[in-house]
Order: sequence, then structure tokens, then C-alpha cells
Amino acid sequence: MNQTNRLQGGLVDRTKPLNFTFDGKALRGYAGDTLASALLANGVRLMGRSFKYHRPRGPLTAGSEEPNALVELRSGGQREPNTRATTAELFDGLEAQSQNRWPSLKRDALAINDVMSNFLAAGFYYKTFMWPKAFWEKLYEPVIRNAAGLGRLSMQPDPDSYDKGFLHCDLLVIGAGPAGLAAALTAARAGAQVVLADEDYVLGGRLIAERMELNDAPAGEWLAATLAELQAMPNLRLMPRSTVVGAFDHGIYGIVERVSDHLSVPVEGKPRQILWRTYARRAVLCTGAIERPIAFERNDRPGIMLAGALRAYANRWGVAVHRRAAIFTNNDDGHRSAADLAAKGVGVCAVIDTRADAPRSELYEVIAGAEVIDTHGRLGLENISVRLANGRTRRIDCGALGVSGGWNPNVSLLCHQNGRPAWNGDIAAFGPGEKIPPGLRVAGAALGQFSTAAALVSGAEAAQVALADLGTAAHLPELPRAEDAPVRIAPHWYVRHGKGRAWLDQQNDVTVKDVKLAHREGFRSVELLKRYTTLGMATDQGKTANMGALAIMAELAGKTIPETGTTVFRPPYTPVAMGVLAGRARGKAFRPTRLTPSHAWAEQNGAVFVETGNWLRAQWFARQSETHWRQSVDREVLAVRASVGVCDVTTLGKIDVQGTDAAEFLNRVYCNGFAKLAVGRTRYGLMLREDGIAKDDGTAARLAQDHFVVTTTTANAVSVFRHMEFARQCLWPELDVQLISTTEAWAQYAVAGPNARNLLRKIVDPVFDISNEGFPFMACGRVTVCGGLRARLFRISFSGELAYEIAVPTRYGDALMRELMQAGEEYGVTPYGTEALGVLRIEKGHAAGNELNGQTTAAMLGMGRLVSTVKDSIGAVLSRREGLSDEDGLRLVGLQPVSAADRIVSGAHLINLDSETSAKCDQGWVSSAAHSPHLGCSIALAFLRGGASRIGEIIRVVSPLEGTDFDARIVSPHFIDPEGGRLRA
Amino acid sequence: MIINHPLLGPRDAQEFSYLGDARLIERPDPAAPDAAQQFFDYLYLRENPAGSHRELWYHEQGDRSWLVVTRNTLTHEITEVELARNVALARGGRN
Repeated sequence: MNQTNRLQGGLVDRTKPLNFTFDGKALRGYAGDTLASALLANGVRLMGRSFKYHRPRGPLTAGSEEPNALVELRSGGQREPNTRATTAELFDGLEAQSQNRWPSLKRDALAINDVMSNFLAAGFYYKTFMWPKAFWEKLYEPVIRNAAGLGRLSMQPDPDSYDKGFLHCDLLVIGAGPAGLAAALTAARAGAQVVLADEDYVLGGRLIAERMELNDAPAGEWLAATLAELQAMPNLRLMPRSTVVGAFDHGIYGIVERVSDHLSVPVEGKPRQILWRTYARRAVLCTGAIERPIAFERNDRPGIMLAGALRAYANRWGVAVHRRAAIFTNNDDGHRSAADLAAKGVGVCAVIDTRADAPRSELYEVIAGAEVIDTHGRLGLENISVRLANGRTRRIDCGALGVSGGWNPNVSLLCHQNGRPAWNGDIAAFGPGEKIPPGLRVAGAALGQFSTAAALVSGAEAAQVALADLGTAAHLPELPRAEDAPVRIAPHWYVRHGKGRAWLDQQNDVTVKDVKLAHREGFRSVELLKRYTTLGMATDQGKTANMGALAIMAELAGKTIPETGTTVFRPPYTPVAMGVLAGRARGKAFRPTRLTPSHAWAEQNGAVFVETGNWLRAQWFARQSETHWRQSVDREVLAVRASVGVCDVTTLGKIDVQGTDAAEFLNRVYCNGFAKLAVGRTRYGLMLREDGIAKDDGTAARLAQDHFVVTTTTANAVSVFRHMEFARQCLWPELDVQLISTTEAWAQYAVAGPNARNLLRKIVDPVFDISNEGFPFMACGRVTVCGGLRARLFRISFSGELAYEIAVPTRYGDALMRELMQAGEEYGVTPYGTEALGVLRIEKGHAAGNELNGQTTAAMLGMGRLVSTVKDSIGAVLSRREGLSDEDGLRLVGLQPVSAADRIVSGAHLINLDSETSAKCDQGWVSSAAHSPHLGCSIALAFLRGGASRIGEIIRVVSPLEGTDFDARIVSPHFIDPEGGRLRA
Repeated sequence: MIINHPLLGPRDAQEFSYLGDARLIERPDPAAPDAAQQFFDYLYLRENPAGSHRELWYHEQGDRSWLVVTRNTLTHEITEVELARNVALARGGRN
């Protein structure tokens, strides 16, 4: 079999044969073919099995509205399921497989569903699998899921790359048919920035699928000249293979450009697809029209397709679907299909026209006032039964049947902003409604202007009006002479005959009978009909199906079609690969990874990193002899308590607050007072939300009368800055204060332990007095280090030890870390990571993210008295609410297991000794837990009901997750140095 | 959506963070006798109109301006964009 159905002519390049396979069988087509046209050229009509009944199916269309011919393309990680054979551009080596069949397309085991179709009508699942209830999850659903679906995912990562781009234009022209080309020509000649996008790989729309003349010459001549002119214009961007998938707010359109789908592998450096976010000041919708079928019994056999598709295959691709074809129509356009087929040498056995006054022809037999009532042929059409005007039946042998029920303007994009199509009686179809996306105009067949001449004029005029809106005068171009045939149609939706199934939605296997059933069962609104029968769902959104079902629904309800209403289309216009929505934001590139200035140093020193926000922070520094992380962490903790350690705290948020009202501003955003903080001093600050819940904490250091440096937790750096900007701009705009984030500007290190000062004396230049008297606990100031480098020094402590934080400009962070390590060698200086940091702060009883979890108040944190009552601050009023300030409410306490062998885990709950283990006896929960190497046992911080007065009690620590339940002693949360002597040493 | 920033011109809404009802500018007087009730209303009670809505947007990936955007929640049409600071100043020191 070698392209036995290939005709003369068409837009395929016979000098470029292409080899491809379908279900493993080697076949040949030509450059310019789609997979569908190449298969049809090879006599292959059967391309898939339907979703529910596994009926053998072939293509219904020649475009992106295709419901049937869905295939898997390519193999391995590039396998893409549910791809329309009618739009897949053929390339050499293309591998295609049919779907939803086993063991083969011709012999499919689940075709048994078709025999059982009486049991599988609309609502079958809802009605059948209700009982017994327990069976759903264990039996029904797995079986149904196994049988459902069409294509298979590769389950491998996609090896191709995808990209995103941004386009700006004065006019976006959607669709490059006659209307679109006229619009683009008009606008581009006026000098406007124009984007002309079309989903096809050949531009021209219907012009390339028709046998028509423009200016008394083949349409291709005008088309080629026009495209050449447009191509040469620097202000116009021609975008073939580019589908406008959505019309979004304020003139933003999503365009998916399939850059490399037509190649076996993308060109080096090129992505597979690009999602263009397109900002268009104005747009013209020239998306043409989509033909609709007429439903009749067994109208789904391979070989039966839309009449316009039959002629497109003949005209554009030089392919006869079969050498003997018939046409079934209710309008004059069906006759155009017949004439074109005849002109191509295809045998047209008959044109069956439902109209008694059907036009006559010398080229083929016209059977007027007749209907196709049945079809025959096992895996493809062999003959049809026609009911003649006189009531008798005639059988006609044919392998192709073109059906035309009229054309529907393609108004999908007009619905994307809540618009609804409106009925247009002249063409017996829905056209644009009143409400369409602002800035968008409709032209050509999408507007119901079905003749070529009318489409050309309406495209040019739409562009002219759009540009006038923008203040640009555009002249209408001289348009070619073109056919101007009127629309003549007698609406006919389905053939009333017999009891067989007449298909409306071939993708979802919805029949006329299903619509009648839905109506009988009360699902009468269009939206309910859709959901009950699944009509119009899935990859084609019912582009060829909805209209017929709607008309039948109207008939059953005794209403007109416009009274019955219509469903709307939602984005995307055609299916979009997840990959192109993600673009480059995949895996590690999903979000940025932030590294601190001394990251490389940490890597060289055995750091194991953890992600905190976008940052990578050293979790601990493993030494070669250490086989378990606890060994590293315990060593680091003990080193800090015994001598000195250094921790990178660059990731903490830093906000510079300046202005004459800086102190007053901080006074209002922190619950505790800042107005009287002296220059050169630092204070802990607790920030509340307006509802009285703790938001974040940190320190504010007063470097000058009008200059503070505020720190935030790493996790909340962004949200605290946003919150402070809100307070500054929206709440107290009268204050003289400015904010700027300096998180990235300074590298900052905590130097902690009894030898911290000794170490820093070797770093900080000697002119600065950092003695305990000269630079006491909570002091801050500008210093220089290492012989003149500007730095900031803060005597603050998270660990409970004598500690400082030292900050230098970011670019010196790495050097400072190395200096600290070298200078600290004599004290055995130890770098420590976030785990040791956590252990140290739990030992000291300092709250962190686990305690400031968005559920806790200052009172719960043991800082109730911090909330000033003599001034206003955010959250102050509501923090005094009943329920947030109860004396017996949850309070932060420490826990230590009675038996040193027990290990407390965070998340465990606290239960009284004599209570049952139940939620209603819950006394609180463990927020943070760690092994304290200092105490040699497990310790924890917990929120306990009435905790402040229960120190010394024994309580049960219960973790149903861990399966543990043991006793622990309630202690002060300050396990180390509760008097703070070490801090002040 | 596109927000016409009073200082920077039209910017894509993707550059902004959304907060909600612009009434959040009208923080009650904490010294009022019924301050607790006023704060409760301020914090928890929001109009959710089908139509014109004044709301706060923050140009987080831009110049950090808080804006009051008047947007029709049915059509997304934006009829006015103001600097929140100016709106707050116009209230005139009622805090």
C-alpha cells in the first residue's frame, strides 16, 4: 500500500517523501502532510477507538476541532498522548500509535462495551455504582479508572525545554484566513505594530483548503503575494504554528507557539514550545467557522467526516479519503464540497440534500429531500442507506461520506471573559454576543460573514476601526475580487429514524438518545446536560458537537434554540502541554536558590545544607570521623558553650529604618516600646498582627537618632517588610520615615561563646572598645574590622552565651568568615549550623518559628508584659481580647523527661497523669524538641494550659504518631543560665 | 490584568501582591471607648461587592508602592488607581 489515495495537486511537496510509522507499520507521506492526511493517503481511515464504547473511529475533521483521531506521538520521555492526527505535522521518522485499544486497533477487547451500550447510557456510573458504598473505593473505582482515559503518559521527565516570552503590539490579528490577512495588511500598511498568529503551519486559513479564485486567478497567487508583503514588513510579526489559547483581562492574550513540534528533535538552542504573554492594545478575531455535522444512525464509521474536511483533504493535501464519496447536506456549501471532489477526480456517487429545492448539478447526482438513515461497514464505511423523498430506501456504495449541517462561527475566545454567543438566524448558528472582551473586534466568518468577499472587507474594516481607536488613520487596501455566495441553509440537526445510535459528541460517545434521556430525567439546563452526559468536554470542548445537542434539547423542551441557551467555551482554546505553562521553571529552576556569601567556604568545610525559604543554609558541618548528624551537632553546641562558635546569620531579614520619626514608627509596629531606646543600644522586638497574634520577632538596633537596623526571621523577611511598608504608607503616612531592605547588602555572622570577645578583639580594629564596659550586652555600633573595613557590631545573643553579631558588606562575607576561622584557631573556633543554633536556642528558651506559628500570643510566649499598655501599637487592642489573655491559657514551658532514656518529639501532646488519652483532655503541645548535649537528655519547649503555675508538675507526653507515652517534668523554658549571667559576662 | 500605576504607568498585575479591601487604611482610634469592637469590625468585616471595589495592591516586584485600585469585580475593569499614601493622607490624621 503506497499512498493509493493520493490525488494530483495540493500543498504537499512530492520531492520530499517522509517515512513514518503508525502502530509499528511503516508508511510514507510528503512534506506538508498532517499525520491524518498521510494516513488517509495510504488508505488508513481507522485511527482510534472511542472513549466509552471503543467504537472504531477515523477523523471527523481536518483541523484542531477534531474529536476522534487522537493518537500518541513519539516515544520514551517525549511521548505525548491525545494528540490530534489532524494537526500533527508529519516529519521524517515520526512514530505514532493509536490509543484506547487492546490488543490492537482492529481487534479491541473492550469493544464489548459497545454491545453492552444499553447499560452504559448517560449517568451510568452515577446510577450503577452507588451500592454497596464500600465497594466504590476498593472495587469500582480502580476498575473504572483502569478502563478509562485515552492516551498514556510516558511517566518519564520531558527531555525538551519550553520557554516563555512577552510580546507587545498595537493590533493582534487572530487567524490568518482572508479576514485576518486583510486586517493585518490594513494595519501593517498604516505602520502599526502587528502580530498575526495562526494555529496552522501554513497561513491562509480556508484559502488553502479551497478551490477558489481571487482576482480571477487561483487564490494561491494573491495569498503568496500578500504573505510576501507582510513578511517583508518590519512592523509585522508572522506567527504560524501559534495558537491563541486564551483572551485574558485588559488585552492580554496567551499564544502557544509550537516551535519544534514538527521536527524530530528541536534545533539546538530552540525550545519545543513558547508561551507568549501578549499585550495587545487592540485585537481582531478572525478565527473563521467550524462545520457541524448532522446526526444520523451509525454516523461514526471511519470514512464519515465533515464535508468541508473531505474537500480540504482533496484540495490542500491531494488526498481522497476514498475513491467513491457521497455528500449529505442541508445547505449549499455541501455542494461546493461535492464540486471540488469531482474536480479532483473523486467519484461523487450522490449528494443527498435534505432540502426539496436542492440545487441541481451536471457533475453528480443530487437526491433532494432525502436523508441518510443508516451506514454499514465493519471498520470503515462501505455503504449508506438513504431514505428518499418518496419514503423508499436506497443503498449507495461509498467509502467516504461528507456531512454538512452548516457552519458555526468560531467564537470560543469571545467567551473567555464571561461572554455568551448570540443566535444569528441568517446563518442558523451562534455568533458573537453583545459582551465580548474589551478591545477585541470580530471579523470574517467568525462574525457570520461567510463569503470570501465579505470576509476580506470585514477584516480590513475591523482593523481600520481598531486603529482609529488608537488614533491611527488606516486606509482600506485594494481587496481582490472574490466569490460572494449567499448562505442558503435549512437547519436540520438529526435524522428521525429507527432505534440505533446517532452520535452527537464522538469524543465522549454522547448520542441523540443520551440527550433525550437527560431531558427525561430532568437535566434540562444546558449546563446540566453537559455535566450529566459529558457532552462537550475533553480535548475538543464539543466544537463539532454542542450545537446539535442544543438543538435537540430545544426541540424536546418546545423552545427556540436561543431560548434554550448555550454553553460557553473556556480557555485554553485547544489543549496546552503542562510543560509550556511551566516554561523554564522546572525542578531546581522552579524558584531561585539563594546562597550566602560564605557558601563556598561552608561547602569546603563539610557543610550539609538545608533549604530555608529560598536560601541554602548550613545545617551542620560534618567532620570525617562523624557518622551521625547528632555527633556533629552535639560537638558544635558544646563548642559554643565551652569556647566559641561562628554561625552564618546572613539570611535573617534586615530592614534599614531612617527618618526623624523612625523611633515613633517602630514604637507602633512593635508591641514593646522603642521610643526611649538610646543610640548605640539594641532591643528585642515582638511584632503582633492586628488581631493580637504574634507575627514575627527580631532586634532593632539604634545606630543614630534617626537610624535603626531591624532584623526579621529568615522566613518572614519578605512579609514583614511588606507589613512595615503597609504601616508606613497606609496607616501613618504623616510620619517621616523611610524603609529599605538591606538583607542582601550585609553578610552577618553570630560569634557566640565565652571566648567570643577574645576572638573579636583580633578582628575588630583596636580603636574600638569592645570591653564589657565599653560595649555591654545589647550594645550596637559601627566599627571597622581587619584594618579599616566598615562593619556593624551588635552584642546580641540567641544562644544564651556571650555573643555578638558582626556584619560586613556582602562582598566581604567570605573573607570575614575565613578571617574569623583563622583568628579563632587558638580558641578552637567551631562553625555551627542551623541544627546547633536550634539546640542552643531551645536550651535558652528562646522562641523561634515553631513558637511563632501564627497561633500564639505574646502572653502564650511568656511575654505578655512586653505588650505596652501606655502606647498604641499594631495588635495591642485586640491582644487584650477575652480568650487571648486568659490567665489559665496556654503558656510556654520547658519539659524534661523523667527517664533520661525517653526522647520528646515536637508535635507530641500533653495529657494529665490521671486523664484518658483523648483530644478533650488535651493540655497542650510540644512545639520544639532537641537533645541537649549540655544536660545530656532530651528537652523541649511546649505550650501548656496554665503552664506558668505548673512548674515542677509531672505530665504525660503522648505522641500517637510515634507510639510513645511517657512522663516528663514541667520546668522553666530556660534550661541554661536563667539569670542571664553568661550574656553579660 | 494591567494596573496603571500612578508613578510608573501600566504594569502587569503579576508584579503586585493583593491585600484586599482598601478599608484597611481606616484603622480605628485605639483610644475610643469601644476600640475593641471597632477593631473587630475593622479586621474581620469586609464588604464583598459584585461590582466596584476599592482594594489594596502592593507593587512588591516594583517600587513598593501600596496602591488603592478601584476594580469592578465582575468585569475586572479598573477605573481608578491611587497611591494609598495619598488616600491615607487625605483622611487627615484621624489615627
